[in-house]
Amino acid sequence: MKTTLSILLVALVFPLAMTAMDQQFYIGFGARVLIYAMAAASLNLVLGYGGMVSFGHAAFFGAGAYITGILAVEGLRSAWIAWPAALAVAALAALAIGAMSLRTRGVYFIMITLAFAQMMYYVFVSLKAYGGDDGLSMPGRSTLGFGLELRDELTWYYVVLVLLAAVLYLLHRIAHSRFGRVIEAIRENETRAAAIGYPVYGYKLACFVISGAIAGLAGALIANQSSYVSPSLLHWIQSGTLMIMVILGGVGRFWGGPLGAAVLLTLEETLSGSELLGPYALHWQLPVGVVLLAIVLFAPQGIAGLIAGRRRA
Amino acid sequence: MLELRGLTKRFGGLVAVDHVNLAVKDGEIHALIGPNGAGKTTIVAQVSGSLDADAGEILFLGSDLTRLPQHARVKAGIARSYQITSIFRRFSVLDNLALAVQARSGSSLSFWRPVAEEKALFDEARAIADEVGLSRRLDLLAGNLAHGEQRALEVGLALATRPKLVLLDEPMAGMGPEESQRIIALIERIRARVTVLLVEHDMDAVFRLAERISVLVSGRVIASGAPQEIRANAEVRRAYLGDELAAG
Repeated sequence: MKTTLSILLVALVFPLAMTAMDQQFYIGFGARVLIYAMAAASLNLVLGYGGMVSFGHAAFFGAGAYITGILAVEGLRSAWIAWPAALAVAALAALAIGAMSLRTRGVYFIMITLAFAQMMYYVFVSLKAYGGDDGLSMPGRSTLGFGLELRDELTWYYVVLVLLAAVLYLLHRIAHSRFGRVIEAIRENETRAAAIGYPVYGYKLACFVISGAIAGLAGALIANQSSYVSPSLLHWIQSGTLMIMVILGGVGRFWGGPLGAAVLLTLEETLSGSELLGPYALHWQLPVGVVLLAIVLFAPQGIAGLIAGRRRA
Repeated sequence: MLELRGLTKRFGGLVAVDHVNLAVKDGEIHALIGPNGAGKTTIVAQVSGSLDADAGEILFLGSDLTRLPQHARVKAGIARSYQITSIFRRFSVLDNLALAVQARSGSSLSFWRPVAEEKALFDEARAIADEVGLSRRLDLLAGNLAHGEQRALEVGLALATRPKLVLLDEPMAGMGPEESQRIIALIERIRARVTVLLVEHDMDAVFRLAERISVLVSGRVIASGAPQEIRANAEVRRAYLGDELAAG
């Protein structure tokens, strides 16, 4: 509870602090962190809670982004249509990909989810009508009504924050529900879960679809972030980045996804700028790699695990 | 209650279960004995539904289960325990049992309501913990239980699904004599309400508990009958029991 309140407080105050310090540029950065927090949290549902190592989560993230982008180009800019559409299409994609991938296990599952995501990547790269290689520029952000102008960075930030809070609350409820317990039980011991009467395939698929749908919503938001959809959102490197966020933050830890997203993007932002490393800033991934290595070796429960451990001690 | 007709399982060239016919009557404790590799665990897996039958039929309470998935067979009333302990090690004892109770009480496609509020689940889980002698270990992680206690939880998980027929695969595996006595007492307690198919190497336990015994050798049932018949059966003595036990 204390962790939740402090994180919420930081997220609420951040744009105000940036405005006070005349660093409005970072409000946009903050919104990007929130969006990736949502995507990473969705991956953590399948990866951390469900034990399904999906290496193709970018497929759903990217699909959500493309649906939003394509609808915007076609003149449909209402968030009330575009965002649910992104969510629904990502859910359908997760249903199709999950239905096939979940018949396999272990390394095969990792590889097949990766393969499906790469297929989606090439589909969108070859969509010449919607930008192909170059990506897709949207005429502007979605429209929300109620006098809320998403072009305004501050409004945008808080809209994203509200959505993230709603998603995290939903994930929290799921984690403690009957369904959540079954998902964790399947991760712990799939054979036993089947033996006490759970149709494990169905539960895993449901979990995969929920996770994909949330990633799709995050995708709709990332498309809006810069009013531009790049095929790189679907690339396997994107799946890897989301996975790194989850591992950094804490696999199967409630705050794992958001914390990992915040830390990784902050590291990237500070290290890739020229202030800190000067000419070496090009190689910002190297120190990030060292941090990741340290986390995996010394804090296998991630940053969220470190915080929880300190609290208990 | 349970009838196997011509049940067969092949692993490549090996016929692990070879046209097995077996009938377990309602309310009895039926022991399935035989040397290692005879196919006992394979039969348990086939009846519980984790392994397909290559041929033959599995009838339970008059209906054909042969093609039903495992979870549907649990719903029909068949539960199993494992020879190698299979529990949720990072869940508490109480959560282990509550999870098994949850599997058969209502839908688990519930995403919103906290399961911790469902008092009925945990009350029943506590009752089962009491029955298998784990009521003082409820909050301990299952992985931290002593071996004998893990074996008791193993049986408890099967019982928590409220089965009509429970398949116990070597419930006393790796146990000392004292712990074995506890499992024997537990089986004695449940025999009034559950039919038991017991796979066990501990012949003292088998002859104490079983009303009928079937002997499996190389995937084939070579004898089936009351304990005294099995003890007197020359073929069984040669293949499995040996003279020592038969004399006793």
